[in-house]
Amino acid sequence: MSVLGLRVGRPGAIASRRSLRVLEHDLLVFRRGWFSYLLSGLSQPFLYLLAMGVGLGLYVNRNPGALGGLPYLDYIAPALLVTQAMMAAAFESAWPIMGKIEWDKTYLAALNTPLNAHDLLVGDLMWIAFRATLLSVLFLVVIVAVGAAASPLVVLAVPVAVLTAMAFAAPIMAFTATQTGDSGFNALFRFGITPLFLFSGTFFPIENLPVFLQPLAWITPLYHGVAAARSLSLGHVEPVGLAVHIAVLVVVAGAGLAAARITFRRRLEV
Amino acid sequence: MICASDGAWATARSSHDPRDALSHGRRYHRPVSQTASAGETLIRARGLTKCFGAFTAVDGIDFDVAPGEAFGFLGPNGAGKTSTMRMIGTVSPVTTGELTVFGLDPAHHGARIRARLGVVPQADTLDSELTVLENLLIYGRYFDLSWAESRRRANELLEFVQLTERANDKVEPLSGGMKRRLVIARSLINEPSLLLLDEPTTGLDPQARHLLWDRLYRLKQRGVTLCLTTHYMDEAEQLCDRLVVMDRAKIVAEGSPRELIDRYVTREVLELRFHRPEGEADDSGVLGEKLEGLAERIEQLPDRVLVYTSDGEAAAATAYERGLRPASVLVRRSSLEDVFLRLTGRSLAE
Repeated sequence: MSVLGLRVGRPGAIASRRSLRVLEHDLLVFRRGWFSYLLSGLSQPFLYLLAMGVGLGLYVNRNPGALGGLPYLDYIAPALLVTQAMMAAAFESAWPIMGKIEWDKTYLAALNTPLNAHDLLVGDLMWIAFRATLLSVLFLVVIVAVGAAASPLVVLAVPVAVLTAMAFAAPIMAFTATQTGDSGFNALFRFGITPLFLFSGTFFPIENLPVFLQPLAWITPLYHGVAAARSLSLGHVEPVGLAVHIAVLVVVAGAGLAAARITFRRRLEV
Repeated sequence: MICASDGAWATARSSHDPRDALSHGRRYHRPVSQTASAGETLIRARGLTKCFGAFTAVDGIDFDVAPGEAFGFLGPNGAGKTSTMRMIGTVSPVTTGELTVFGLDPAHHGARIRARLGVVPQADTLDSELTVLENLLIYGRYFDLSWAESRRRANELLEFVQLTERANDKVEPLSGGMKRRLVIARSLINEPSLLLLDEPTTGLDPQARHLLWDRLYRLKQRGVTLCLTTHYMDEAEQLCDRLVVMDRAKIVAEGSPRELIDRYVTREVLELRFHRPEGEADDSGVLGEKLEGLAERIEQLPDRVLVYTSDGEAAAATAYERGLRPASVLVRRSSLEDVFLRLTGRSLAE
């Protein structure tokens, strides 16, 4: 059986049936708020595309040399799709996880059942992947509705966004398990997530960054997620480039998962 | 193993402790009795030790818990009770020593052991995002019950802990006693044969405590083995068939509540309180003189004097004859609190 590309149930597999129980818990909580979640999932992309794609785009598009004549809306839409999945995943892997470890201690209750720390980690990562998928599909619907995608390949921007979300969620969950309060998250978002959001080629090409900052962009996962999604949405796919982008995301997500396995065990099984 | 090789339990006390002069003259050597044979032991610990870095939380303790028993760990905060419970619950790895639960090794069969355990942790750890009923349902799912079976058991358990009317309420508005009952219901969803309770009634009002004790007593009658920690002597006396007294990571005594009281203290205790006007010098020396020889053992606490005697009324009369004029006099039966004081020289309550 396969869930979200993870092998499930086999010995040695990343996810087990027990981690699916954790996902079930999160869905049970979600059952109460799904309608407002879907509503905001549809309205947020619309507002962003209206303000930045159309409003700001009016000025950008007046400069025919900018972006090689590409409409700013088309340029920014896939990038926003990926960043909002990333933002949601970053948030979900910080405060709510801290709540389960430290404030409500519901992880401790779950650990008194056959579940173990690894099941909790993988189950909640699946949940974050589920939410990233939901948000990205909604975003995709809005992009297609306003005609901001040039290629049908834009549908593949959804798995790219989910992979990007995992490349953030896994390392941040590893970090969360080392924290005792939420003060570290403020620093993480102020000095980590927000600068990435602004300078990863989301709103303007990284070639516009000072030369010494450009290599920094190359090693951040968001840059690769945005670049991959954009190439798919515009239909300008370079197979090698795309493969590199995906590979970077997989490596970061995998390293994050490995780190989180260690920090979760150290925190919860003492 | 440190405990076993030590011989005397009360190692914290020095030999020239004035209390020794008043004691029965019998040192309290007592190896852990092995009441349960290997075949019918639910929990077996030998030299069980837990260290956190350089700190030793549990220092080589030995005990057995037999099926159907109510077994208690009595001791003040920081004595190592919770660390012991977490090792039994297989959520905390054993540092050294031997531990088996249901005859299984926690290091290798954690999930199998937990599948048969019910755990009531010290903190409620309820899910505030779910309703009362949902808290039970999802917990049943963690134990791999079907939704239908989980729902059937959840409804039964809500009835058992008298929370059926609150089934669809959120958890947060529940009182402390109700939350505790919900946690007990949650711990029973997998129909465990062994229930671990870590300070089940700490922070509850007397009424809530009695309701909880009643439920625990019914579980015991159904054959569920109870293993609990407490720093309330009355709780230990109410619930436990057998208990160990823990202090500073070690077991300092073991037996039934009655046995412990008979072994370590007298039948009655006379409590004398004296007014000491502010600014007046400490007259405990004078007091001590007047009290001398009054009883087998006397404890002077900051707020009162405890006189251990077989006849409290007679001792009170003698104290009056010697010119003592206490502000209040109380004769009571001795309790586990007195046992603890006797063993450690400190009071249980902080």
